Amino acid sequence: MNPELINDCVHCGFCLPACPTYTLWGEEMDSPRGRIHLMKQYVEGTALTPEMAGHFDACLGCMACVSACPSGVQYDRLIESARAEVERVHRRPVADRAFRALVFGLFPYPRRLRALRLPLRLGERLTPRLRPLLERLDPRLAAMAELAPPVTRRVRLPRRVAARGERRATVGVLTGCVQGEFFPGVNAATVRVLAMEGCEVVIPPGQGCCGALSVHSGRAEEAAGFARRTIETFERAGVDTVIVNAAGCGSSTKEYAELLAADPAWAARARALRFADLAEFLAELGPVAERHPLPVTVAYHDACHLAHAQGIRAQPRALLATIPGLRLREVPDAAMCCGSAGTYNLFQPLAARDLGDRKAEQVLSVGADLLVSANPGCTMQIAAAARRRGERIRVAHTAEVLDASLRGLPPTTLGRAREHTSGPTSAERAQ
Amino acid sequence: MTPAQAELSGRLLPILGPNGVITDPVRLRTYECDGLTYHRATPAIVVLPETAEQVAAVVRVCDETGTPFVARGSGTGLSGGALPRADGVLIVTSRMRRIIEIDVDNRRAVVEPGVTNLAISEAARPYGYYYAPDPSSQQVCSIGGNIAENSGGAHCLKYGFTVNHVLALELVTPDGEIVQLDAMDPGYDLLGAFIGSEGTLGIATKITVRLSRAPEVVTTLLAAFRDVESGGRAVSAIIGAGIVPAAIEMMDALAIEAAEAAVRCEYPAGAGAVLIVELDGPEAEVAHQFARVEALCRETGAFELRIADDPAERAAIWKGRKSAFAAVGRISPAYLVQDGVVPRTALPKVLAGIEELSARYGIRVANVFHAGDGNLHPLVLFDDAEEGAGERAERVSGEILDLCIAHGGSITGEHGVGVDKSRYMPKMFTPEDLDTMQLVRCAFDPKNLSNPGKIFPTPRLCGEAPGVRKGVHPLVASGEAELF
Repeated sequence: MNPELINDCVHCGFCLPACPTYTLWGEEMDSPRGRIHLMKQYVEGTALTPEMAGHFDACLGCMACVSACPSGVQYDRLIESARAEVERVHRRPVADRAFRALVFGLFPYPRRLRALRLPLRLGERLTPRLRPLLERLDPRLAAMAELAPPVTRRVRLPRRVAARGERRATVGVLTGCVQGEFFPGVNAATVRVLAMEGCEVVIPPGQGCCGALSVHSGRAEEAAGFARRTIETFERAGVDTVIVNAAGCGSSTKEYAELLAADPAWAARARALRFADLAEFLAELGPVAERHPLPVTVAYHDACHLAHAQGIRAQPRALLATIPGLRLREVPDAAMCCGSAGTYNLFQPLAARDLGDRKAEQVLSVGADLLVSANPGCTMQIAAAARRRGERIRVAHTAEVLDASLRGLPPTTLGRAREHTSGPTSAERAQ
Repeated sequence: MTPAQAELSGRLLPILGPNGVITDPVRLRTYECDGLTYHRATPAIVVLPETAEQVAAVVRVCDETGTPFVARGSGTGLSGGALPRADGVLIVTSRMRRIIEIDVDNRRAVVEPGVTNLAISEAARPYGYYYAPDPSSQQVCSIGGNIAENSGGAHCLKYGFTVNHVLALELVTPDGEIVQLDAMDPGYDLLGAFIGSEGTLGIATKITVRLSRAPEVVTTLLAAFRDVESGGRAVSAIIGAGIVPAAIEMMDALAIEAAEAAVRCEYPAGAGAVLIVELDGPEAEVAHQFARVEALCRETGAFELRIADDPAERAAIWKGRKSAFAAVGRISPAYLVQDGVVPRTALPKVLAGIEELSARYGIRVANVFHAGDGNLHPLVLFDDAEEGAGERAERVSGEILDLCIAHGGSITGEHGVGVDKSRYMPKMFTPEDLDTMQLVRCAFDPKNLSNPGKIFPTPRLCGEAPGVRKGVHPLVASGEAELF
C-alpha cells in the first residue's frame, strides 16, 4: 500500500454516496474514505486485524468511488494492494480458505469448468430442493448454486473468420474463462458482429483466464501468470488489437503493463498489444453493416468494470441507438453496482444479495423487455435477484442484441433461451 | 476496552443492538475526523441509531452518566464541528436516511437527518421542485449537518441559507427529550436559534424543509477575465445594476488550474479569473437581465464569454467550481480551506491583502468564492512533509481572517466555527457577547454535554455569572469541576 497514493485522499467524502457498501450499511469503515483510513492505519503500524481484513474483503472493487473522486485518488490500485497484503499476512478461517481455494482453482480454468457441465445439468432440478440445506451449511454455497447459469450447448468457434465485404481491420477476440464456458453464445455473437462490420477475426484456441479474477482478489502473482499467457497467445496469433467482451476482463487486460511492471520486457510486450472493449472498438470503427429493426424495449445496465474502470458509458448506448425500433431505457441509480462484482457474490453472498435486490427492483421499474449488459456476471446476478422476487427478466449481452439486428432475427430470440442464438454452427453461418 | 467504554457500551447495546455500537479501536479510528483532517480525536464509542427514539435513549444515557456526545452526519464538515470527544459518544446519523414525505401541495418535504442534501432535490424533481441551498458537497453532505452549520452554497445569494428553508424540526434535546419546533410557533424563534448552533443545542432527528419551484429558465454564463480585480469590478457592476443573480462565483488562476487537473473543466485558457453568473426565473426576466450582465462583463474586461442554456452545458460550467475544494488535492499534498466574509465592496482590497500574505509566507493561496455575497474560500496550499509548512499555512489562514475582520467582515460564512475557529471568536465578539451566547447554550444544555468544545474558546461553566472572569473558577479550584 503506497503511502503517497493514500495521501492523495483529502477526506472530502464525495465517494460515500457512490459506494455500494456505504449505501447498504452507512458505516465509515465500509466506505472508500474509511477503507483508505484503515490502509493509512496499517501503513502507520497498526496490525492487520480480522476486522480490518473484513472491511477490505467487503469492498466490491466496483470503482464507483474512482468516478466520484474529485482528487483523483487511485483507489483501484490501493484496494488491489490492500487485498494482496491481506493475502500475504492475514490467515483466514479454515472454511474461508477452503472456499477460496475452490473458486480460484475452478473458475479461471476452462477445462475444469467444462468438467462441471454434467453435475450442473443434473443439479439444475435439484437446486431448489437443496437450497435450504446449502443455506444452512454455508450461504456461499447456496449463492454458488443459485447463480449457476443454465447449461447450454458448447460452441466451437473457428480459428479465423473472414471479414464480410471490404476488410477494415484485423482483430483478435478474447474468449475468456467463464464467458467462454457458460455464455458461448456471447462469444459467437461477438465474432459475427465483428465480421459483419468488416473485421477479420482471429480466435486463438487454448485461451484461458485473463487473470481478472485473481488480480481483483489480491493474487497478483497468479494474475501475472495468466497475463503472460494471454499476451503470448495473441502475439502468436499475429494480431495487435484484441477485442474483449466482458467488462472485468477488459479492465484487467488494459492494466497488463502495470501488472507486469516489475519485468520491463513483459511490460513492453503488454503495451504493444491493444485490448479494447467491443463497444468501444465498434464505436470507433463506425457502423457499416445494415441494421434490421428490432422492436424491443431495453434497459441498459452499466457494468462497473466498463463504466467506472474503463469510462465506457456512451459507446454501448450509442451502438444500441443505431438499431431501428429499439427503445432504450435508463435504469435509475445506474452507477451503483449490482453486487456481482467478479467473485464477490460468491464470497460475500449476503451483501451481494441485498445489492442485487436493489438493482433488480430498479431494473424492473423501467418496464423493459430485455436487460442488456456487457458483463455476464451482472446479468446472471440481476436475473437471479429478479427470480427471487418471483419475476423473470430476459437478459442479453450488447453483442447479442447487435447480432440479432444485423441478422434480422426477431427480438424473441434474445435472452429467453440462449440456444436460439448459439447453435454450434452459428459462428460459421456468419461467414 | 477501558472500563468506562465497557460500562457505556453495556448501556448502549440494549438500545441499538450489536450492529449499532462500535467499540473496535481500528473501526473507531476511521471516525477520528470529519472533512477537516487537521484536528483528530478517536471517539470512545460510535453509535449508529436508526430512529429518533434510539437517539433520545442514547442521549439520556449520556445525560445520566455525564458523557459528552457529538453528532455526525456524513463527516464532510470543514471546521471540525463533528470532531469526536475521546471521552464521549459519537452519534452518527448515516443510517437515518429515509425521505418520509414529499408533500408537493404544501411544498414541503419531511426527511431524516442522514438524507443527503442532493437526495431531497432528486426526490422532488419529478414534481418540478427542488431544495434550494446547495453546498458544494451537496451530493454527500447530510441535511442534519446542514442544519447544524446553517449551510449555504452558491445559490444562497438569491435564495438564502438553510435557516430560510427549514419549516419545522424534531430534535432531541441534550437531556434526551424529543421536542418539536415549528417556524409557525409564536414566541421566540427557537428554530432560528437551533439552526446553525453546530450541534451544541441538541440533535435534529426529523426535518421539514421548504421545496422551491424549479425556475422556468436557468441560464449560466462563464466570463473569463485577465485578473481577479476586473472580475471583482464585474461583480460590483452587476449587483449595482440591481440584478440579483441566483449565483455569482469567482475562481482565480490557481483554483482554475486545480479544477482543470481534476475534472478537465476546460475554462478559457489564459484566464486570471473566471466568473460564473447564473440567472434564473421567468423567461422574459432572465433574458432581459442576461443582456445586461453580458454587457457589464464585457465593459469590465471579460475577454471570453460562454453561455449555457441546457443542463449538460450548465453542468460542464459548474463542474469546475463544484469540485474546486477537493481538486486542489491534485496540485498540493495538503491544504486548508478558509471561510471568511467581507463586504462585497472590500473584495479587491482583501484579495490584494491575501496575495501579500501568500508572498510573505511563501504559501500558495487559491481563491474560490461566492463573490455575490463576499464569502471567500481561500485554499491555503502546503506540503505537510515540509518542516514548518503546516504552521505557516495555519498562520496565513489565521491572518486571512484578521483581514476579513479588519474590513468589517466575519470569520465564517457557511462552514461554521467548530473547533477550528473558536479561538477567533474573541476577535469578533466582546466577552459580554460571548457570555450572552453561553447563556443561550446553557438554557438548552446546562450540563455542557452536547458537542462541548466547539464554537466557544474557553467557555465558562453554566451557572457562572456572566462578566469578566477573574482567576480560577471556585468549583475548579475545589476540584469539583473541570474546565471544558
